[in-house]
Parts: sequence; C-alpha cells; structure tokens
Amino acid sequence: MSRQSLSLLKNLGRITSRSGIQTRSVTYMPRPGDGKPRPVTLIPGDGIGPLVTNAVEQVMEAMHAPVYFEPFDVHGDMKSLPEGLLESIKKNKVCLKGGLKTPVGGGVSSLNVNLRKELDLFASLVNCFNLPGLASRHENVDIVVIRENTEGEYAGLEHEVVPGVVESLKVITKFCSERIAKYAFEYAYLNNRKKVTAVHKANIMKLADGLFLESCQEVAKKYPSIAYNEIIVDNCCMQLVARPEQFDVMVTPNLYGNLVANTAAGIAGGTGVMPGGNVGADYAVFEQGASAGNVGKDTTEEQKNANPVALLLSSAMMLRHLQFPSFADRLETSVKRVIAEGKCRTEDLGGNSTTQEVVDAVIANLD
Amino acid sequence: MFVLIVMCRIADLLNPRYLSILPMARRSGSILSRLLANPPPSPFTAPTRSITYMPRPGDGAPRTVTLIPGDGIGPLVTGAVEQVMEAMHAPVHFERYEVRGNMRKVPEEVIESVKRNKVCLKGGLATPVGGGVSSLNMQLRKELDIFASLVNCINVPGLVTRHENVDIVVIRENTEGEYSGLEHEVVPGVVESLKVITKFCSERIARYAFEYAYLNNRKKVTAVHKANIMKLADGLFLESCREVAKNYPAITYNEIIVDNCCMQLVAKPEQFDVMVTPNLYGNLVANTAAGIAGGTGVMPGGNVGAEHAIFEQGASAGNVGNDKMVEQKKANPVALLLSSAMMLRHLRFPTFADRLETAVKQVIQEGKWRTKDLGGDCTTQEVVDAIEMASNSDARPLPKFGDWDVNDPATAEGFTVIFSKAGEDKKTGRSTSKTTSQRKQDAKPAVKKWLCFTFS
Repeated sequence: MSRQSLSLLKNLGRITSRSGIQTRSVTYMPRPGDGKPRPVTLIPGDGIGPLVTNAVEQVMEAMHAPVYFEPFDVHGDMKSLPEGLLESIKKNKVCLKGGLKTPVGGGVSSLNVNLRKELDLFASLVNCFNLPGLASRHENVDIVVIRENTEGEYAGLEHEVVPGVVESLKVITKFCSERIAKYAFEYAYLNNRKKVTAVHKANIMKLADGLFLESCQEVAKKYPSIAYNEIIVDNCCMQLVARPEQFDVMVTPNLYGNLVANTAAGIAGGTGVMPGGNVGADYAVFEQGASAGNVGKDTTEEQKNANPVALLLSSAMMLRHLQFPSFADRLETSVKRVIAEGKCRTEDLGGNSTTQEVVDAVIANLD
Repeated sequence: MFVLIVMCRIADLLNPRYLSILPMARRSGSILSRLLANPPPSPFTAPTRSITYMPRPGDGAPRTVTLIPGDGIGPLVTGAVEQVMEAMHAPVHFERYEVRGNMRKVPEEVIESVKRNKVCLKGGLATPVGGGVSSLNMQLRKELDIFASLVNCINVPGLVTRHENVDIVVIRENTEGEYSGLEHEVVPGVVESLKVITKFCSERIARYAFEYAYLNNRKKVTAVHKANIMKLADGLFLESCREVAKNYPAITYNEIIVDNCCMQLVAKPEQFDVMVTPNLYGNLVANTAAGIAGGTGVMPGGNVGAEHAIFEQGASAGNVGNDKMVEQKKANPVALLLSSAMMLRHLRFPTFADRLETAVKQVIQEGKWRTKDLGGDCTTQEVVDAIEMASNSDARPLPKFGDWDVNDPATAEGFTVIFSKAGEDKKTGRSTSKTTSQRKQDAKPAVKKWLCFTFS
C-alpha cells in the first residue's frame, strides 16, 4: 500500500507541486549548443561581499550549473576600476557582484556608479515581494522598482563655488528618461504586470522631474493596456508603508529609486532577501537588490552571519538572463523552501544560523 | 487520525480514485505533511514567478514567424494558433506561405523566409504515397539542417489514459538514417534502399540529447537501437552515444533494443525519461509514446537545428487527418497550441508561454471542450474559444510599440501591421481575425520612420 500511495502522492505532487511553484511540463527546447558553460565575471567586493559571493559559488557548483566565475579583486577605496575588469565584463556580458563600500566624504568617486556608467547599465531593477513563510508587517507586497541608473542626482558633478558653498548638479535628459520609461513598460508587458507608477517631485522640481514625467507619459500612450499613474515621492513613501498592495511596477529617477527600493525591500522582508540586477543594452550586472548602501556591520562579517538569500535569488535572475530557466527554477524553489521551512535563518530574519548553514540547507533542498 | 485530517483537506484536489490511499505509510505521511504545510495554490491560476525574467532592453520587439498552414487539418489548426496568439497579444506576427504536400519542392521564398525569421510554425504536409515526389517535410528539414526532432509525450492532467506517470521526451535524428531517400531499382522487381548512418550526425544528436537532459533537469537518457542485427550502422550510433555519455556523469545512460523498447513502452512507460534514437525508430517510438500518453492530438514537439527551428504537431502519425475531420472542422488544436507555447519559450517570451500553457491545460482539465479524439464532440473553433476565454483575464488591447530596435529593419515592418490593426480595433470596437496577408492589403501604405509615433 505504501508503494502505491507513494507513486500516487508523487503524481499529486507533480500536479500541484511543492511550495506552490509550478513545474512546467512543456519544456524549454534549447538550441544545440545552449548548454555550453558561460563565463561570468565575479566581483566579491567588500565587507560581507566575499561571504555571500562564495555562497553563490558553492550553490552553483552543487547544482552543476553551466556557469563558471572569473573573480576580480575590487575594493571600494580603489581610485578607479582595475584594468582587466571592464574587458572581462565586456567579453562575458554578465557580472555578479558583492557590495563595494564607497568611502564617505570627498575624493573618491563611487566605484559602483563608475561601473554602471562605463557599461551604460541604465536600468536597475529590484523585485520586492513577500516570501512565503517569512512574516512581515505588510502582506501582498509585490513591487518591482525600476530605477534610472546613470544620471539624475548621481551625476557626480559637484563643485565648490566659493569656500563654504557647494553646488551639486542634478541632470535629467530626455534621452535617459525615455529609455528608462520604455524599459519599464516593456518589462511590465513581458512579465504580465498591470500597472506602472512614475515617482517624481515635479511640483518642486518642475523642469527636471517634469521632463521625466513627460517621457513616461509619451511611452505610456503606446501601452494602452497597462495602467499608468504618477505619484509624488513623499506621498509614495507614505503609501508604501500604509498600503503597499497598490503598487506594481514603479519607474523612478535615480535618487528616489534608491529610497523607494530600500523602503519597499524593508517592508517586504528586509534587504537580505530581495533580488535585483542592473541591465543595459549590452551588459548586465547582478547584485543584491537593495543593499541600503552598506556592506554589513563588522560583527556580521566576523560571525559570518550574512544573509546569502538576496544574492542567491539574484543569481537565479542571472541564470534566467543567461537562458538557463530550468536551473533558475531549481535554485529559486530550493531557496524558497528553505525560507518557508524557517529552520535556517540568519540574524536579520530572526534566526541565528550562519551563512554556511543556510547554504548547506539550500544545497540539501536542491532537486 | 492524521489520515482523516489529510482526507478532508485535500479531498477537493484528489481524484476520487486516489481515496483508496488508506492506510498510509509513514514515508508518504511526511510527503503529505510537506504538501499540507504549504497548501498549494489552485493549479489553474497562471503561475506568477516572483523572480521575474529581467529582459534586455528591446526584448519586447515583435518577432516574425513563418507560418505554413499545410494540407488537411493544417490550415484549421494553424488558424487556431493565430487566433489565440492575437487574443493573448503575444509579440509575434506570422508570415503565411502556401505549401502543399504534392508540390515538387518547397518554394524558394519559403526557405528564404525561414532563414530570415529563424523560426517557423507548420501544419502538416501530406506526402503522397508512392514514387515520384519526395517528402517536402524531409526536404525542409534537410535544407535547413534541422537535425533534432523533439516530442514531449506527457500525461495531461484531466485526460484519462491507460498509462500513468508518462513523461517521455523522444529526441530523434532528423536528417539521415532510413530517411535518406536514396533508393534505386537494381533490376526490375528489385529495389535497394540505403540507410546511411554517419558519425557526425550521430554525435551531434547524442550531444543534443544529453544537453537537453542537462538543461531541463532530466535524469536519464536511453538510446534506442537495433545493433544486434544492424551491427555496424546502429553500432556506430551507439558508440557516439556512449562517448557523449561520458561527458555527463550525472545523467544515467542506458541502451535498449527497439523491439523490447516498444514492449516496455506499453508495459511500464514510467521507466523512460529522455530517449535518443535514429530516424526511423524515433518516428515509431514517438508515435507510440504519444499514443499511450493521450494521443497525437495533444503532444507538443518541434524540430531544431543550429540556426533554425520549426514547430509543428509533435507526433502526427504521418497523416493530416481524414476528410471528414476537415469537413466538420473537428481537428484537435491542442498539440499545435502547446507547440506554439514551446515556440514562445524558444523566442524568449516565457510569460506568454506560461499563460498559453495554463489556459490550454485548464481547458483540458475541465473536460467540457474536447474534440473527438479525446472523447468529446466539439469543433476546433469551440476549443479555441474556450482557450481564449481561459486566458481572457489577461487579455488586453494590443500595445503599440515604439522603434525599440533600430538595428533590425524587419521590426519596423511588423509595427506597420500592428498599428493598422490597432486602428481597426478602435474603429470596430472588437478584434477582427483577418489573416496577416489580408491585413497587409488593408493597411495604409507604411512610412518607415525611425521615430516614435502614435496613430489616433
């Protein structure tokens, strides 16, 4: 009887699938040669960076994913990006990155921003959603924040007019606004999303954010099926914490995007679990979705308590970007199962496991 | 008591005949507890993958696909696919070409179109029996070097068959073997037919089969052969498979003689996972597997080469439907619809592929709209309407695209067609299902600009 029930249960499991993830029976028919391993540039970074990128490497090996990493040593306080790095990314087209800690104060420009500008990675994407099994104060959160990555307040153009007076330029161009709006609507169309919200402060910065809004409105006309609305950024932050279920895809300029993404990540479970990536027309760099600008406290680094989930889910996005959907699904399913079970959680999720224990649990749950 | 609780909670999901599980062993109890800990969502909701597919900018540009309606039930089922694609507003538009099975050869323009678009959707072409005319299906595959044919034979939930747990993918070499077409009459009354097996072709089909298994998380590859009789020919095929198997230690590899294989297929089909075969055996094994899993009317499949891909009904048993089916318009469109879902996935539109599959599976599971080969009595159009309604929660007016991909002139051509259709929709208030060629005639002469513009 047990053998019969076991096979019947397996059949049931296949139809309804564990952890609510659908198993696709109509498969991805690859082109011949699609299984060739792809090289991916790896930047461990600072702080908890090496810990979480190592976690990704371990899981990729355990899954035998057709990816191999070319590591580069970059630290946040270097003056500029090392020589071979850009060539490597231009050759491989895809990069996985831990955090780079930008020193506070004058002198050294942010290497994160440098990387994005050199490779013209104009769209940054963070997917903030409630993970099943992870309790948070807000339910029904599923927000994708698409943020313009190259201009805006992060242009880095500052100068001291007279001693004691500094001007910082915020540059908004029609070209960049248009392409980020186009990307946001295209993303919504391709991923079956219903609504795009533009976040702005055009009541105050009438010309700059007004230009951004105009571009969004023009692109919205071409997608009559996707609902489009606009919201001022302060109201937006309040609505995010009051009724986050009203937001679907949000398109924002650079600075607001940073804040909105981190807020949304916080309400949905924390920056330790949200996946994200940066994409341009030619290249893509995947990193923790919303890192709140830091690379972990010293104690987290010492005790090796960092949460690898965000970077693991981002590497699942990377596998899907590299067109290995089956591996991406397996990784996601395993990670979600580990979180739903709730036994192995790092400190930021309320448990007290180390990074390595979480990684071992994910590897054990791979099927 | 644990058992009782289980029954109440999943009774609505369980098929009545599963209720005979009592009493359950402890092992199955743990599986159940895992299932119940996260009550699965209804299998009918479109799967929302929360880790989304992050497209490259420009991925949403519509793709052109060559469409060959073919003979017999071909035009009927390809018409069904066109309707459903329109209803879903998938970023695909079709270039139709009329090809009949009794033409001498495939028209040049069709081949050029497939070479340009890289992807083709095809109804069946009826090859006349007897001498003279070579099979156009084969000619298409040879010219475009589409060397792998793939059929996924799987039990569709809701469709009752004599065999359970069938999930077989038959990968068949498509260009040589018994189908070389090299025959000659030695002396009157004596004909020789050559079966050609080359190391090159065997190696690449073996490599493709293992790569497919690797990329789709399959555990086992079985090579089907008759090397006890055709020692050299099938022996060469087996050698190539064994060599490639060494490179994939994680995937189990075994071999089976084709007659034993056919018997095992009908006795214990659950032992097979991926099967790699030369040309003729593949044809027979694929049709057998399709038959045990629900019939050739529902199995999806495709043909792929290094550069091009042709999607058609998985296993068509060599025919294009009898005349009565064509007259009464009762052909089963499910197989070609699932193949077009594979095509959407091949074109990298996974969300649309998922929506289409979910709608099709929902319709089959509900069981109200089934054509004759599945035991029902509906026409093709009724099934298509049911599928359109099932995906209707997501149906929206056609989006208008801007000039996203300036490097590809073909995309501007497509936009003209889509724009004029959107204009018509606005005027008439409902979507029309004209063919692409009809629409092109009605369209206003296109001014190819590279700037964004909207029609009002």
